[in-house]
Amino acid sequence: MQNQYVNRGDKPTKAGFGEGLLEAGLKNQSVICLGADITTSVGCNLFAEALPRRFYSLGIAEQNCIGVAAGMALEGKIPVFSTYGVFAALRAADQIRVSVCYNNLHVVIGGAHAGVSVGPDGATHQALEDLAIMRVLPNMTVISPCDATQTRIAIMAAIEQCTGPVYLRFGREAMPDFTSPALDFHIGQAQVLQPGDDIAILATGHMVWEALLAAGMLETEGIHARVINMHTIKPIDKETIIHAARETGAIVTAEEHQVNGGLGSAVAEVVVQHEPVPMAFVGMPDHFGESGEPRQLMEKYGLTARSIAETARRLLEKKR
Amino acid sequence: MQPWQTTEPVQLQQIADRIRTSVILSLTEAGSGHLGGSLGLADLFTTLYFSELNHNPLIPAWPSRDRVVLSIGHVAPVLYATLAHTGYFPVEELLTLRKIGSRLQGHPGRDHGLPGLELSAGSLGQGLSVAVGMALTAKSDGKNHRIYSIHGDGELQEGSIWEAAMAAAHHNLDNLTAIIDRNGLQIDGSTEKVMRLEPLCEKWQSFGWHVVECNGNHIVEILEAFRQTRSVIGKPTLIIAKTLMGKGVRSIENDYRWHGRVPSRDQAAGFISELENRKI
Repeated sequence: MQNQYVNRGDKPTKAGFGEGLLEAGLKNQSVICLGADITTSVGCNLFAEALPRRFYSLGIAEQNCIGVAAGMALEGKIPVFSTYGVFAALRAADQIRVSVCYNNLHVVIGGAHAGVSVGPDGATHQALEDLAIMRVLPNMTVISPCDATQTRIAIMAAIEQCTGPVYLRFGREAMPDFTSPALDFHIGQAQVLQPGDDIAILATGHMVWEALLAAGMLETEGIHARVINMHTIKPIDKETIIHAARETGAIVTAEEHQVNGGLGSAVAEVVVQHEPVPMAFVGMPDHFGESGEPRQLMEKYGLTARSIAETARRLLEKKR
Repeated sequence: MQPWQTTEPVQLQQIADRIRTSVILSLTEAGSGHLGGSLGLADLFTTLYFSELNHNPLIPAWPSRDRVVLSIGHVAPVLYATLAHTGYFPVEELLTLRKIGSRLQGHPGRDHGLPGLELSAGSLGQGLSVAVGMALTAKSDGKNHRIYSIHGDGELQEGSIWEAAMAAAHHNLDNLTAIIDRNGLQIDGSTEKVMRLEPLCEKWQSFGWHVVECNGNHIVEILEAFRQTRSVIGKPTLIIAKTLMGKGVRSIENDYRWHGRVPSRDQAAGFISELENRKI
Protein backbone atom coordinates (compact mmCIF):
# COMPACT_ATOMS: atom_id res chain seq x y z
CA MET A 1 0.00 0.00 0.00
CA GLN A 2 1.35 3.39 -0.97
CA ASN A 3 1.29 6.45 1.26
CA GLN A 4 -2.17 7.94 0.77
CA TYR A 5 -0.96 11.42 1.75
CA VAL A 6 0.25 13.77 -0.94
CA ASN A 7 2.63 16.66 -0.44
CA ARG A 8 0.83 19.68 -1.89
CA GLY A 9 4.11 21.54 -1.86
CA ASP A 10 6.70 22.44 0.75
CA LYS A 11 5.69 25.19 3.16
CA PRO A 12 7.10 26.24 6.54
CA THR A 13 4.87 25.52 9.54
CA LYS A 14 5.73 29.10 10.55
CA ALA A 15 3.55 30.31 7.64
CA GLY A 16 0.60 28.33 8.97
CA PHE A 17 1.14 29.88 12.39
CA GLY A 18 1.10 33.41 10.92
CA GLU A 19 -2.05 32.76 8.87
CA GLY A 20 -3.94 31.18 11.76
CA LEU A 21 -2.90 33.94 14.15
CA LEU A 22 -4.20 36.60 11.79
CA GLU A 23 -7.44 34.72 11.22
CA ALA A 24 -8.03 34.29 14.95
CA GLY A 25 -7.15 37.96 15.52
CA LEU A 26 -9.64 39.13 12.91
CA LYS A 27 -12.37 37.06 14.56
CA ASN A 28 -11.64 37.94 18.18
CA GLN A 29 -10.87 41.47 19.37
CA SER A 30 -9.25 40.12 22.55
CA VAL A 31 -6.31 38.59 20.70
CA ILE A 32 -3.11 40.60 21.24
CA CYS A 33 0.29 39.91 19.69
CA LEU A 34 3.58 40.72 21.42
CA GLY A 35 6.79 41.15 19.44
CA ALA A 36 10.39 40.60 20.54
CA ASP A 37 12.08 42.09 17.48
CA ILE A 38 12.00 38.98 15.26
CA THR A 39 8.38 39.53 14.25
CA THR A 40 8.67 38.39 10.65
CA SER A 41 10.87 35.39 11.28
CA VAL A 42 8.41 33.99 13.84
CA GLY A 43 5.35 34.47 11.68
CA CYS A 44 3.75 37.46 13.42
CA ASN A 45 4.18 40.04 10.64
CA LEU A 46 0.77 39.36 9.06
CA PHE A 47 -0.96 40.16 12.35
CA ALA A 48 1.28 43.18 13.06
CA GLU A 49 0.56 44.70 9.65
CA ALA A 50 -3.19 44.03 9.62
CA LEU A 51 -3.91 44.80 13.29
CA PRO A 52 -1.23 47.29 14.38
CA ARG A 53 -3.25 48.56 17.35
CA ARG A 54 -3.22 45.10 18.86
CA PHE A 55 0.46 44.49 18.24
CA TYR A 56 2.97 45.62 20.89
CA SER A 57 6.68 45.86 20.25
CA LEU A 58 8.57 45.00 23.43
CA GLY A 59 12.12 44.55 22.18
CA ILE A 60 14.57 41.73 22.72
CA ALA A 61 13.37 40.99 26.23
CA GLU A 62 11.66 37.60 26.40
CA GLN A 63 11.28 37.51 30.18
CA ASN A 64 9.45 40.84 30.13
CA CYS A 65 7.31 39.72 27.18
CA ILE A 66 6.05 36.72 29.12
CA GLY A 67 5.27 38.87 32.18
CA VAL A 68 3.46 41.46 30.06
CA ALA A 69 1.47 38.65 28.47
CA ALA A 70 0.51 37.42 31.94
CA GLY A 71 -0.68 40.90 32.91
CA MET A 72 -2.79 41.15 29.77
CA ALA A 73 -4.28 37.69 30.30
CA LEU A 74 -5.24 38.69 33.87
CA GLU A 75 -7.17 41.56 32.27
CA GLY A 76 -9.07 39.22 29.93
CA LYS A 77 -6.98 39.49 26.78
CA ILE A 78 -5.59 36.53 24.85
CA PRO A 79 -1.94 37.43 24.34
CA VAL A 80 0.15 35.52 21.81
CA PHE A 81 3.90 35.81 22.19
CA SER A 82 6.08 34.15 19.61
CA THR A 83 9.85 33.90 19.49
CA TYR A 84 12.45 31.21 18.82
CA GLY A 85 11.65 28.15 20.93
CA VAL A 86 15.10 28.22 22.54
CA PHE A 87 14.44 31.68 23.97
CA ALA A 88 10.75 31.21 24.76
CA ALA A 89 11.08 27.93 26.60
CA LEU A 90 14.48 28.39 28.21
CA ARG A 91 15.30 32.05 28.77
CA ALA A 92 11.83 32.87 30.05
CA ALA A 93 11.20 29.50 31.72
CA ASP A 94 10.82 30.91 35.25
CA GLN A 95 8.41 33.61 34.06
CA ILE A 96 6.41 30.95 32.23
CA ARG A 97 6.38 28.76 35.34
CA VAL A 98 5.33 31.38 37.89
CA SER A 99 3.65 34.31 36.12
CA VAL A 100 1.83 32.21 33.50
CA CYS A 101 1.44 28.59 34.67
CA TYR A 102 1.09 29.10 38.43
CA ASN A 103 -1.47 31.83 37.73
CA ASN A 104 -3.01 29.46 35.13
CA LEU A 105 -3.41 32.17 32.49
CA HIS A 106 -4.43 31.82 28.87
CA VAL A 107 -1.16 32.95 27.32
CA VAL A 108 -0.25 31.41 23.97
CA ILE A 109 3.50 31.00 23.47
CA GLY A 110 4.79 30.31 19.96
CA GLY A 111 8.07 28.40 19.85
CA ALA A 112 9.61 28.95 16.44
CA HIS A 113 12.74 27.41 14.88
CA ALA A 114 12.03 23.90 16.13
CA GLY A 115 14.73 21.31 15.64
CA VAL A 116 17.89 20.98 13.56
CA SER A 117 15.97 21.81 10.38
CA VAL A 118 16.63 25.45 11.34
CA GLY A 119 19.88 24.72 9.49
CA PRO A 120 22.86 27.09 9.07
CA ASP A 121 22.18 29.21 12.19
CA GLY A 122 23.51 26.30 14.21
CA ALA A 123 23.07 24.89 17.70
CA THR A 124 22.20 28.07 19.64
CA HIS A 125 19.08 28.65 17.55
CA GLN A 126 17.82 25.08 17.14
CA ALA A 127 15.14 24.30 19.73
CA LEU A 128 15.71 20.72 20.86
CA GLU A 129 14.79 20.86 24.54
CA ASP A 130 11.63 22.98 24.53
CA LEU A 131 9.06 20.18 24.55
CA ALA A 132 10.71 18.54 27.56
CA ILE A 133 10.78 21.76 29.56
CA MET A 134 7.30 22.96 28.67
CA ARG A 135 5.58 19.64 29.28
CA VAL A 136 6.66 19.34 32.92
CA LEU A 137 4.91 22.59 33.86
CA PRO A 138 1.52 22.13 35.54
CA ASN A 139 -1.45 23.63 33.65
CA MET A 140 0.54 23.84 30.39
CA THR A 141 -0.73 22.47 27.06
CA VAL A 142 1.99 21.58 24.55
CA ILE A 143 1.20 21.36 20.83
CA SER A 144 3.52 20.33 18.02
CA PRO A 145 1.63 20.21 14.71
CA CYS A 146 2.92 18.27 11.72
CA ASP A 147 2.63 20.68 8.78
CA ALA A 148 1.64 24.21 7.80
CA THR A 149 -2.05 23.37 7.32
CA GLN A 150 -2.25 21.79 10.76
CA THR A 151 -0.28 24.62 12.39
CA ARG A 152 -2.85 27.12 11.10
CA ILE A 153 -5.65 25.04 12.64
CA ALA A 154 -3.68 24.44 15.84
CA ILE A 155 -2.95 28.12 16.61
CA MET A 156 -6.61 28.94 16.07
CA ALA A 157 -7.63 26.12 18.42
CA ALA A 158 -5.05 27.27 21.00
CA ILE A 159 -6.59 30.75 20.93
CA GLU A 160 -10.25 29.79 20.66
CA GLN A 161 -10.54 26.60 22.70
CA CYS A 162 -7.91 26.67 25.43
CA THR A 163 -8.35 28.51 28.72
CA GLY A 164 -4.89 28.00 30.23
CA PRO A 165 -1.27 28.34 29.07
CA VAL A 166 -0.29 26.90 25.68
CA TYR A 167 3.11 26.28 24.10
CA LEU A 168 2.86 25.75 20.34
CA ARG A 169 5.97 24.63 18.47
CA PHE A 170 6.70 25.17 14.79
CA GLY A 171 9.58 25.17 12.32
CA ARG A 172 11.36 27.46 9.93
CA GLU A 173 12.19 25.30 6.91
CA ALA A 174 9.68 24.61 4.14
CA MET A 175 8.45 21.06 4.72
CA PRO A 176 5.78 18.88 3.07
CA ASP A 177 2.27 20.23 3.56
CA PHE A 178 0.08 17.14 3.38
CA THR A 179 -2.80 17.09 5.85
CA SER A 180 -6.27 18.00 4.68
CA PRO A 181 -7.78 21.14 6.23
CA ALA A 182 -10.83 18.91 6.81
CA LEU A 183 -8.88 16.44 8.97
CA ASP A 184 -10.46 16.45 12.45
CA PHE A 185 -8.20 18.29 14.88
CA HIS A 186 -8.79 18.22 18.61
CA ILE A 187 -6.15 19.27 21.12
CA GLY A 188 -5.18 16.18 23.11
CA GLN A 189 -6.45 13.68 20.51
CA ALA A 190 -3.76 11.98 18.46
CA GLN A 191 -4.52 11.22 14.82
CA VAL A 192 -4.09 7.74 13.40
CA LEU A 193 -2.98 8.68 9.89
CA GLN A 194 -2.43 5.15 8.68
CA PRO A 195 -3.70 1.83 10.05
CA GLY A 196 -1.42 -1.15 10.73
CA ASP A 197 -0.95 -3.81 13.39
CA ASP A 198 2.70 -4.91 13.19
CA ILE A 199 4.28 -1.87 14.79
CA ALA A 200 3.25 1.68 15.66
CA ILE A 201 5.22 4.80 14.74
CA LEU A 202 4.27 7.76 16.92
CA ALA A 203 5.72 10.97 15.53
CA THR A 204 5.41 14.70 16.06
CA GLY A 205 6.16 17.86 14.05
CA HIS A 206 8.24 17.47 10.91
CA MET A 207 8.86 13.81 11.71
CA VAL A 208 5.26 12.85 10.94
CA TRP A 209 5.86 13.06 7.19
CA GLU A 210 9.06 11.04 7.62
CA ALA A 211 7.06 8.47 9.59
CA LEU A 212 4.57 8.14 6.72
CA LEU A 213 7.45 7.62 4.28
CA ALA A 214 9.00 5.05 6.63
CA ALA A 215 5.68 3.19 6.80
CA GLY A 216 5.65 3.09 3.00
CA MET A 217 9.14 1.52 2.99
CA LEU A 218 8.13 -1.06 5.59
CA GLU A 219 4.96 -1.85 3.65
CA THR A 220 7.04 -3.06 0.68
CA GLU A 221 8.59 -5.59 3.07
CA GLY A 222 5.20 -6.76 4.26
CA ILE A 223 5.34 -4.86 7.55
CA HIS A 224 2.13 -2.98 8.31
CA ALA A 225 3.02 0.04 10.43
CA ARG A 226 0.45 2.20 12.15
CA VAL A 227 1.35 5.88 11.89
CA ILE A 228 0.08 8.23 14.57
CA ASN A 229 0.44 12.00 14.55
CA MET A 230 1.11 13.09 18.14
CA HIS A 231 0.33 16.76 17.56
CA THR A 232 -0.36 17.26 21.26
CA ILE A 233 2.47 16.37 23.63
CA LYS A 234 0.48 17.44 26.68
CA PRO A 235 -2.14 16.37 27.59
CA ILE A 236 -0.88 13.17 25.98
CA ASP A 237 -3.52 10.94 24.34
CA LYS A 238 -3.20 7.90 26.63
CA GLU A 239 -6.00 5.96 25.05
CA THR A 240 -4.55 6.02 21.54
CA ILE A 241 -1.10 5.07 22.88
CA ILE A 242 -2.47 2.16 24.94
CA HIS A 243 -4.44 0.87 21.94
CA ALA A 244 -1.35 1.10 19.75
CA ALA A 245 0.76 -0.76 22.30
CA ARG A 246 -1.86 -3.46 22.81
CA GLU A 247 -2.66 -3.98 19.13
CA THR A 248 0.84 -3.71 17.63
CA GLY A 249 3.14 -4.79 20.49
CA ALA A 250 5.97 -2.42 19.51
CA ILE A 251 6.29 1.36 19.47
CA VAL A 252 8.77 3.67 17.76
CA THR A 253 8.64 7.38 18.52
CA ALA A 254 10.10 10.05 16.24
CA GLU A 255 10.72 13.72 17.02
CA GLU A 256 13.03 16.57 16.04
CA HIS A 257 13.96 17.02 19.71
CA GLN A 258 16.27 15.45 22.27
CA VAL A 259 15.36 11.80 22.87
CA ASN A 260 15.34 12.66 26.57
CA GLY A 261 12.20 14.22 27.93
CA GLY A 262 10.19 14.89 24.78
CA LEU A 263 7.56 12.90 22.89
CA GLY A 264 9.40 9.58 23.37
CA SER A 265 9.52 10.03 27.12
CA ALA A 266 5.90 11.15 27.28
CA VAL A 267 4.79 8.05 25.34
CA ALA A 268 7.05 5.76 27.41
CA GLU A 269 5.49 7.09 30.62
CA VAL A 270 2.11 5.86 29.38
CA VAL A 271 3.38 2.58 27.92
CA VAL A 272 5.29 1.39 30.99
CA GLN A 273 2.35 2.11 33.27
CA HIS A 274 -0.46 0.70 31.17
CA GLU A 275 0.74 -1.67 28.44
CA PRO A 276 4.49 -2.39 28.54
CA VAL A 277 5.84 -3.27 25.07
CA PRO A 278 9.30 -2.85 23.50
CA MET A 279 9.99 0.75 22.46
CA ALA A 280 12.64 2.59 20.45
CA PHE A 281 13.29 6.31 20.12
CA VAL A 282 14.25 8.37 17.09
CA GLY A 283 15.46 11.87 17.99
CA MET A 284 18.56 13.89 18.84
CA PRO A 285 20.83 11.57 20.84
CA ASP A 286 21.59 13.90 23.78
CA HIS A 287 23.64 16.13 21.51
CA PHE A 288 23.65 19.76 20.31
CA GLY A 289 22.92 20.54 16.68
CA GLU A 290 25.29 22.38 14.32
CA SER A 291 25.37 24.37 11.08
CA GLY A 292 24.48 22.78 7.78
CA GLU A 293 21.64 22.52 5.30
CA PRO A 294 18.43 21.27 6.94
CA ARG A 295 18.38 18.02 4.96
CA GLN A 296 22.06 17.33 5.65
CA LEU A 297 21.46 17.76 9.38
CA MET A 298 18.35 15.58 9.39
CA GLU A 299 20.42 12.87 7.66
CA LYS A 300 23.42 13.26 9.97
CA TYR A 301 21.34 12.90 13.13
CA GLY A 302 19.11 10.13 11.85
CA LEU A 303 15.93 12.21 11.64
CA THR A 304 14.73 10.60 8.41
CA ALA A 305 12.26 8.04 7.11
CA ARG A 306 15.12 5.62 6.49
CA SER A 307 16.29 5.89 10.08
CA ILE A 308 12.74 5.36 11.39
CA ALA A 309 12.32 2.29 9.18
CA GLU A 310 15.66 0.83 10.36
CA THR A 311 14.74 1.45 13.97
CA ALA A 312 11.38 -0.24 13.38
CA ARG A 313 13.01 -3.33 11.84
CA ARG A 314 15.41 -3.67 14.78
CA LEU A 315 12.55 -3.28 17.23
CA LEU A 316 10.53 -5.95 15.47
CA GLU A 317 13.40 -8.39 16.16
CA LYS A 318 12.88 -7.74 19.89
CA LYS A 319 9.15 -8.16 19.58
CA ARG A 320 9.66 -11.64 18.16
CA MET B 1 -13.29 57.36 48.64
CA GLN B 2 -15.04 54.58 50.58
CA PRO B 3 -16.54 55.34 54.03
CA TRP B 4 -13.82 53.31 55.80
CA GLN B 5 -11.06 55.17 54.00
CA THR B 6 -9.30 58.22 55.41
CA THR B 7 -6.60 60.76 54.69
CA GLU B 8 -6.12 61.49 58.39
CA PRO B 9 -2.46 60.64 59.20
CA VAL B 10 -3.03 59.80 62.86
CA GLN B 11 -5.82 57.38 61.99
CA LEU B 12 -3.69 55.81 59.26
CA GLN B 13 -0.80 55.40 61.69
CA GLN B 14 -3.05 53.63 64.18
CA ILE B 15 -4.28 51.28 61.46
CA ALA B 16 -0.67 50.63 60.37
CA ASP B 17 0.26 49.57 63.88
CA ARG B 18 -2.76 47.26 64.10
CA ILE B 19 -1.58 45.72 60.82
CA ARG B 20 1.93 45.34 62.34
CA THR B 21 0.42 43.50 65.29
CA SER B 22 -1.44 41.17 62.92
CA VAL B 23 1.77 40.56 60.96
CA ILE B 24 3.62 39.59 64.16
CA LEU B 25 0.79 37.32 65.35
CA SER B 26 0.39 35.53 62.01
CA LEU B 27 4.13 34.98 61.55
CA THR B 28 4.58 33.78 65.12
CA GLU B 29 1.74 31.31 64.64
CA ALA B 30 3.20 30.22 61.28
CA GLY B 31 6.64 29.63 62.80
CA SER B 32 8.43 30.80 59.64
CA GLY B 33 8.32 33.69 57.18
CA HIS B 34 9.60 37.21 56.62
CA LEU B 35 9.04 39.68 59.44
CA GLY B 36 11.43 42.57 58.74
CA GLY B 37 10.16 43.63 55.32
CA SER B 38 6.54 43.09 56.31
CA LEU B 39 6.83 45.48 59.28
CA GLY B 40 8.79 48.04 57.24
CA LEU B 41 6.03 48.16 54.60
CA ALA B 42 3.07 48.47 56.99
CA ASP B 43 2.79 52.27 56.62
CA LEU B 44 2.91 52.05 52.84
CA PHE B 45 0.34 49.27 52.58
CA THR B 46 -1.96 51.07 55.00
CA THR B 47 -1.78 54.35 53.11
CA LEU B 48 -2.28 52.52 49.82
CA TYR B 49 -5.33 50.46 50.82
CA PHE B 50 -6.94 52.83 53.33
CA SER B 51 -6.43 56.07 51.41
CA GLU B 52 -5.02 55.92 47.90
CA LEU B 53 -6.65 52.98 46.18
CA ASN B 54 -10.00 53.00 44.46
CA HIS B 55 -11.28 49.57 45.48
CA ASN B 56 -14.11 47.78 47.22
CA PRO B 57 -13.47 44.75 49.44
CA LEU B 58 -17.13 43.72 49.02
CA ILE B 59 -16.58 43.38 45.25
CA PRO B 60 -12.98 42.15 44.93
CA ALA B 61 -13.21 41.66 41.16
CA TRP B 62 -14.82 45.08 40.49
CA PRO B 63 -13.52 45.86 36.97
CA SER B 64 -12.76 49.53 37.71
CA ARG B 65 -10.67 48.83 40.82
CA ASP B 66 -7.07 49.95 40.99
CA ARG B 67 -4.72 46.96 40.75
CA VAL B 68 -1.95 46.13 43.21
CA VAL B 69 0.76 43.75 42.03
CA LEU B 70 2.96 42.48 44.84
CA SER B 71 6.19 41.46 43.12
CA ILE B 72 8.02 40.56 46.34
CA GLY B 73 5.85 37.65 47.39
CA HIS B 74 7.85 37.09 50.57
CA VAL B 75 6.21 40.09 52.28
CA ALA B 76 2.84 38.38 51.81
CA PRO B 77 2.10 38.73 55.57
CA VAL B 78 1.71 42.52 55.29
CA LEU B 79 -0.45 42.16 52.17
CA TYR B 80 -2.65 39.57 53.90
CA ALA B 81 -2.95 41.62 57.10
CA THR B 82 -3.87 44.73 55.09
CA LEU B 83 -6.46 42.85 53.00
CA ALA B 84 -7.99 41.38 56.16
CA HIS B 85 -8.14 44.73 57.98
CA THR B 86 -9.66 46.34 54.87
CA GLY B 87 -12.40 43.72 54.92
CA TYR B 88 -11.53 41.24 52.17
CA PHE B 89 -11.62 38.30 54.60
CA PRO B 90 -11.81 37.75 58.38
CA VAL B 91 -8.82 38.91 60.44
CA GLU B 92 -8.84 35.55 62.30
CA GLU B 93 -7.88 33.82 59.05
CA LEU B 94 -4.45 35.47 59.32
CA LEU B 95 -3.55 32.77 61.84
CA THR B 96 -3.71 30.13 59.07
CA LEU B 97 -0.70 31.67 57.31
CA ARG B 98 1.62 29.05 55.76
CA LYS B 99 -0.47 26.14 57.05
CA ILE B 100 -1.70 23.30 54.86
CA GLY B 101 -5.01 24.02 53.17
CA SER B 102 -4.76 27.77 53.90
CA ARG B 103 -5.68 30.49 51.41
CA LEU B 104 -2.67 32.36 52.85
CA GLN B 105 0.23 30.68 51.08
CA GLY B 106 3.84 31.41 52.09
CA HIS B 107 4.15 33.31 48.85
CA PRO B 108 0.82 34.44 47.32
CA GLY B 109 -1.01 31.83 45.21
CA ARG B 110 -4.22 32.74 43.41
CA ASP B 111 -5.15 29.09 43.00
CA HIS B 112 -6.13 29.08 46.68
CA GLY B 113 -8.85 31.66 46.06
CA LEU B 114 -7.90 34.52 48.39
CA PRO B 115 -10.13 37.57 47.69
CA GLY B 116 -8.22 40.73 46.79
CA LEU B 117 -5.11 38.93 45.59
CA GLU B 118 -4.21 40.00 42.03
CA LEU B 119 -1.20 37.81 41.28
CA SER B 120 0.58 34.64 42.35
CA ALA B 121 4.17 35.70 42.79
CA GLY B 122 7.34 34.91 44.66
CA SER B 123 10.11 34.56 42.11
CA LEU B 124 11.72 38.00 42.16
CA GLY B 125 11.77 40.37 39.20
CA GLN B 126 8.50 39.32 37.55
CA GLY B 127 5.81 41.63 38.94
CA LEU B 128 6.78 44.79 37.08
CA SER B 129 6.31 43.05 33.72
CA VAL B 130 2.86 41.86 34.78
CA ALA B 131 2.00 45.40 35.91
CA VAL B 132 3.15 46.70 32.51
CA GLY B 133 0.80 44.21 30.81
CA MET B 134 -2.09 45.41 33.00
CA ALA B 135 -1.27 49.08 32.38
CA LEU B 136 -0.98 48.59 28.60
CA THR B 137 -4.36 46.87 28.59
CA ALA B 138 -6.03 49.60 30.65
CA LYS B 139 -4.66 52.22 28.24
CA SER B 140 -5.69 50.37 25.10
CA ASP B 141 -9.19 49.82 26.50
CA GLY B 142 -9.56 53.46 27.63
CA LYS B 143 -9.92 52.49 31.31
CA ASN B 144 -9.00 54.93 34.07
CA HIS B 145 -7.93 52.61 36.87
CA ARG B 146 -4.31 52.73 38.03
CA ILE B 147 -1.77 49.94 38.48
CA TYR B 148 0.53 49.88 41.53
CA SER B 149 3.40 47.41 41.78
CA ILE B 150 5.48 46.83 44.89
CA HIS B 151 9.13 45.83 44.78
CA GLY B 152 12.10 45.26 47.02
CA ASP B 153 15.37 47.08 46.50
CA GLY B 154 17.37 43.84 46.33
CA GLU B 155 14.89 42.71 43.68
CA LEU B 156 16.21 45.44 41.37
CA GLN B 157 19.28 43.28 40.86
CA GLU B 158 17.13 41.04 38.63
CA GLY B 159 17.67 41.95 34.96
CA SER B 160 14.02 41.44 34.02
CA ILE B 161 13.11 44.48 36.17
CA TRP B 162 15.07 46.68 33.77
CA GLU B 163 13.46 45.08 30.72
CA ALA B 164 10.11 46.01 32.21
CA ALA B 165 11.33 49.50 33.19
CA MET B 166 12.28 50.14 29.56
CA ALA B 167 8.94 48.85 28.28
CA ALA B 168 6.88 50.96 30.71
CA ALA B 169 8.62 54.18 29.64
CA HIS B 170 8.60 53.25 25.94
CA HIS B 171 4.83 52.83 26.07
CA ASN B 172 4.30 56.01 28.17
CA LEU B 173 2.47 54.20 30.96
CA ASP B 174 1.44 57.11 33.19
CA ASN B 175 -1.20 54.85 34.75
CA LEU B 176 1.56 52.81 36.41
CA THR B 177 3.20 53.53 39.77
CA ALA B 178 5.99 51.24 40.93
CA ILE B 179 7.03 51.42 44.58
CA ILE B 180 10.48 50.39 45.78
CA ASP B 181 10.86 49.34 49.40
CA ARG B 182 14.26 50.98 49.84
CA ASN B 183 15.35 49.55 53.17
CA GLY B 184 18.90 49.00 51.95
CA LEU B 185 19.02 45.41 53.18
CA GLN B 186 18.85 41.98 51.62
CA ILE B 187 19.53 38.49 52.93
CA ASP B 188 23.33 38.67 52.70
CA GLY B 189 23.49 42.20 54.17
CA SER B 190 23.56 45.75 52.78
CA THR B 191 22.33 46.08 49.19
CA GLU B 192 25.32 48.32 48.43
CA LYS B 193 27.71 45.56 49.56
CA VAL B 194 25.90 42.67 47.88
CA MET B 195 25.38 44.49 44.55
CA ARG B 196 25.43 48.27 44.38
CA LEU B 197 22.11 49.88 43.36
CA GLU B 198 23.01 53.59 43.66
CA PRO B 199 22.57 56.00 42.06
CA LEU B 200 19.07 54.56 42.02
CA CYS B 201 17.05 57.71 41.35
CA GLU B 202 19.21 58.65 38.35
CA LYS B 203 19.03 55.12 36.95
CA TRP B 204 15.24 55.21 36.79
CA GLN B 205 15.16 58.79 35.54
CA SER B 206 17.51 57.86 32.72
CA PHE B 207 15.15 54.99 31.84
CA GLY B 208 12.39 57.60 31.37
CA TRP B 209 10.55 57.39 34.68
CA HIS B 210 9.30 60.18 36.93
CA VAL B 211 10.89 59.48 40.31
CA VAL B 212 9.55 60.55 43.71
CA GLU B 213 11.52 59.89 46.88
CA CYS B 214 9.86 59.75 50.27
CA ASN B 215 10.18 58.44 53.78
CA GLY B 216 8.20 55.21 53.49
CA ASN B 217 7.54 55.14 57.21
CA HIS B 218 6.03 58.63 57.29
CA ILE B 219 2.32 58.69 56.43
CA VAL B 220 2.24 62.36 55.37
CA GLU B 221 5.17 61.90 53.01
CA ILE B 222 3.61 58.75 51.52
CA LEU B 223 0.30 60.57 50.96
CA GLU B 224 2.17 63.39 49.21
CA ALA B 225 4.12 60.94 47.02
CA PHE B 226 0.89 59.27 45.88
CA ARG B 227 -0.68 62.66 45.21
CA GLN B 228 2.22 63.55 42.92
CA THR B 229 2.07 60.29 40.93
CA ARG B 230 -1.51 60.98 39.88
CA SER B 231 -0.53 64.22 38.12
CA VAL B 232 2.34 62.83 36.04
CA ILE B 233 1.53 62.66 32.34
CA GLY B 234 3.23 60.55 29.67
CA LYS B 235 5.58 58.54 31.86
CA PRO B 236 5.43 55.93 34.61
CA THR B 237 6.22 56.94 38.19
CA LEU B 238 8.61 55.31 40.61
CA ILE B 239 8.28 55.94 44.33
CA ILE B 240 11.51 55.23 46.18
CA ALA B 241 10.15 54.69 49.68
CA LYS B 242 12.95 54.75 52.23
CA THR B 243 11.91 52.40 55.00
CA LEU B 244 13.40 50.72 58.02
CA MET B 245 13.28 46.95 57.93
CA GLY B 246 11.42 45.91 61.09
CA LYS B 247 9.97 49.41 61.63
CA GLY B 248 7.93 49.74 64.83
CA VAL B 249 9.92 47.28 66.93
CA ARG B 250 13.09 49.06 68.09
CA SER B 251 15.16 45.98 68.89
CA ILE B 252 14.89 44.55 65.38
CA GLU B 253 14.87 47.73 63.28
CA ASN B 254 17.41 47.84 60.47
CA ASP B 255 18.74 44.36 61.32
CA TYR B 256 19.01 42.24 58.14
CA ARG B 257 18.94 39.04 60.23
CA TRP B 258 15.20 39.68 60.66
CA HIS B 259 14.58 39.50 56.90
CA GLY B 260 13.52 35.86 57.08
CA ARG B 261 13.05 35.22 60.77
CA VAL B 262 10.07 35.05 63.14
CA PRO B 263 9.90 35.79 66.88
CA SER B 264 9.26 33.31 69.68
CA ARG B 265 5.90 33.68 71.45
CA ASP B 266 7.55 35.61 74.29
CA GLN B 267 9.37 37.91 71.90
CA ALA B 268 6.15 38.46 69.96
CA ALA B 269 4.29 39.51 73.11
CA GLY B 270 7.05 42.05 73.83
CA PHE B 271 6.97 43.39 70.25
CA ILE B 272 3.20 43.85 70.38
CA SER B 273 3.22 45.61 73.73
CA GLU B 274 5.91 47.96 72.36
CA LEU B 275 3.66 48.76 69.38
CA GLU B 276 0.66 49.35 71.63
CA ASN B 277 2.60 51.80 73.79
CA ARG B 278 4.17 53.62 70.84
CA LYS B 279 3.64 57.38 70.83
CA ILE B 280 2.25 58.60 67.52
